[in-house]
Amino acid sequence: MSTATPNAPQDTTAALPADLQDERLIAQQGVRGWAGAFLSRLKSGDLGSLPVVIGLVIIWGVFQALNDSFLSSRNLVNLTLQSAAVGTIAIGIVLVLLLGEIDLSVGSVSGLSSAILAVGMVNQGWPSVVAIVVAIVAGMVIGLAYGALFTRFGVPSFVITLAGLLAVLGLQLYVLGKEGTINIPFDSGLVKFAQQTFLPLAVSYVVALLAVALYVLTRLRVNSQRAAAGLSTTPNVMIGLRALVLAVVLLVPTYVLNRDRGVSVMFLLFVALVVVMDFAIRRTGWGRSVMAVGGNVEAARRAGINVKGIYLSVFALCSTFAAIGGLLAAGRLAAANQSSGGGDTNLNAIAAAVIGGTSLFGGRGSAYSALLGIIVIQSISSGLSLLNLDSSIRYMVTGGVLLLAVTVDSLSRRSRAAHGRA
Amino acid sequence: MTATAAPATTAVLSLKGVSKRFGAVQALKDIDFDVNAGEVVALVGDNGAGKSTLVKTIAGVYTPDEGTMTFDGRTTSVSTPAEAQRLGIATVFQDLALCDNLDVVGNLFLGRELYRGRALDEVRMEQESWRLLRQLSAKIPSVRIPVASLSGGQRQTVAIARSLLGDPKVVMLDEPTAALGVAQTAEVLNLVERLRDNGHGVILISHNMSDVMAVADRVHVLRLGRNNGTFHVSQTSTQEIIAAITGATTNAVSERASRRVQKEEQS
Repeated sequence: MSTATPNAPQDTTAALPADLQDERLIAQQGVRGWAGAFLSRLKSGDLGSLPVVIGLVIIWGVFQALNDSFLSSRNLVNLTLQSAAVGTIAIGIVLVLLLGEIDLSVGSVSGLSSAILAVGMVNQGWPSVVAIVVAIVAGMVIGLAYGALFTRFGVPSFVITLAGLLAVLGLQLYVLGKEGTINIPFDSGLVKFAQQTFLPLAVSYVVALLAVALYVLTRLRVNSQRAAAGLSTTPNVMIGLRALVLAVVLLVPTYVLNRDRGVSVMFLLFVALVVVMDFAIRRTGWGRSVMAVGGNVEAARRAGINVKGIYLSVFALCSTFAAIGGLLAAGRLAAANQSSGGGDTNLNAIAAAVIGGTSLFGGRGSAYSALLGIIVIQSISSGLSLLNLDSSIRYMVTGGVLLLAVTVDSLSRRSRAAHGRA
Repeated sequence: MTATAAPATTAVLSLKGVSKRFGAVQALKDIDFDVNAGEVVALVGDNGAGKSTLVKTIAGVYTPDEGTMTFDGRTTSVSTPAEAQRLGIATVFQDLALCDNLDVVGNLFLGRELYRGRALDEVRMEQESWRLLRQLSAKIPSVRIPVASLSGGQRQTVAIARSLLGDPKVVMLDEPTAALGVAQTAEVLNLVERLRDNGHGVILISHNMSDVMAVADRVHVLRLGRNNGTFHVSQTSTQEIIAAITGATTNAVSERASRRVQKEEQS
């Protein structure tokens, strides 16, 4: 038999790391190799977050040209404050989209959570911690109910959450009672946190530098582990280059924001949630299971993944993030009213996730799309209001951008299929 | 051809008198079937002969109504696919059940990820993936590309490699070459031989006689839910197996053959 043909060619490649030995693999070493690989990835439609970054640059350029206070520190600080609440809701949307499902009721859930907080703190006199916990738990319970309905009866998530949109809105109005609007005192911790808490100058730079240091350390540790396992490693130059880019991306905004009020702690909380969820999606068994279910449910089931549990956990997390977003919104507004979480909250959250690059078709996306997407949406909204254009134009422009993002998603999906990267 | 692992014929997996009914349909009747370590047994039969039912019975999807199953010398019964897997019976179904959006490593270790603390141990999983793929001399350019970008044969390789993760004693392949081109079929057949040489018992379900004759050591024929003979490939011909599959005497093929003979005699 032809089993033990000594593989003579392999001897020459023995010095190569285990994952680079296949002769058909176009070697991608060094900075130039990496750049080449990056370009070929783009050409084949694996765009990642590039379209949204380009879009953001264009949007900022246009608005800055039209009104030079757009990129002022003051406006950018406002931008961060406006982004946190809906951005937090968008994290949850990213999760359900990864499963190829949808949650249309996040706006209502966030409104309900605002209402519970306000009624609990102001009308019932609960300690704020209790009110916060009750609001978050309420969100989680709603999500669990969606998950249970979805896994038990197989009702499409679109319909379940559409029903939830109405039902939870009703619940919100019921909780608020006759008054309709409840103001949260300005001296309460949550309002202070959402409106006035900024990182001290020094601390903000330390945080940014710590993030860069953490990045470098993790990459170096991964490198040494891979080297020990006989696998290829990222060249140190590349790590340095990426760390440099990261440092610029973190330090320049920190500097700009610090010229006004500084880095909002609420925004930092949102970013921290994004980072934590990114880790959960990419580096834990749970996240791998979520991606697998989003990619191919049947394969996931046969691999022994608890598919129902994944659906339950993701719907619950989505509503929980919506509730947290509602709390941040209530804190920023210092009030809860009948239109909390109404209007465009829902669509902005969903649009943010999609514009940020999370696919509507499931199995593809990243937590960072919530961050990028919400910045795009809030930039448009803030830019248009600086130009004194009213909300009619804002809706149309946001709608257009969303359509563009979805089209890019569909096109890149087609291109990926053609280039074998689906 | 090498001789199959010398006659140390203690079957790894052996079924005795297995029957399975679905309502009024007798899908399997008194099936005897065994596989030795380091042996490829082809399971052939026409549509509706009971191949799939037998495979699913072994894989734990169905429980047989009668009969016993002996695995590794012990009488066992498997009632769930997970149990069969734990026992050491791996099945590669015809639709490979891979997640297109995950990379090769992700697919190989899906549901059986390795951890380092609470986080996934990507380094060790990648290292193990290469070890596994090398062991099969598999031609996969990179384990960090999504499975969607692999060819049919490479996908089959990933599916087979995946089945080997738990170090099974018996591997069942359901029509592994059904949708493959010439070169890729050859690749998968090489893979089957490598599984055998690594000491796995392989059950190969196939409609393709040339594949069967190329890699199998024995051919087990089912017909209408019953045993219809076991043939050693070295001592049989395709004709003989086809005769057994179709029912030797009463079928179109043999009727034509006999008509021909009659005509020739007349002329």
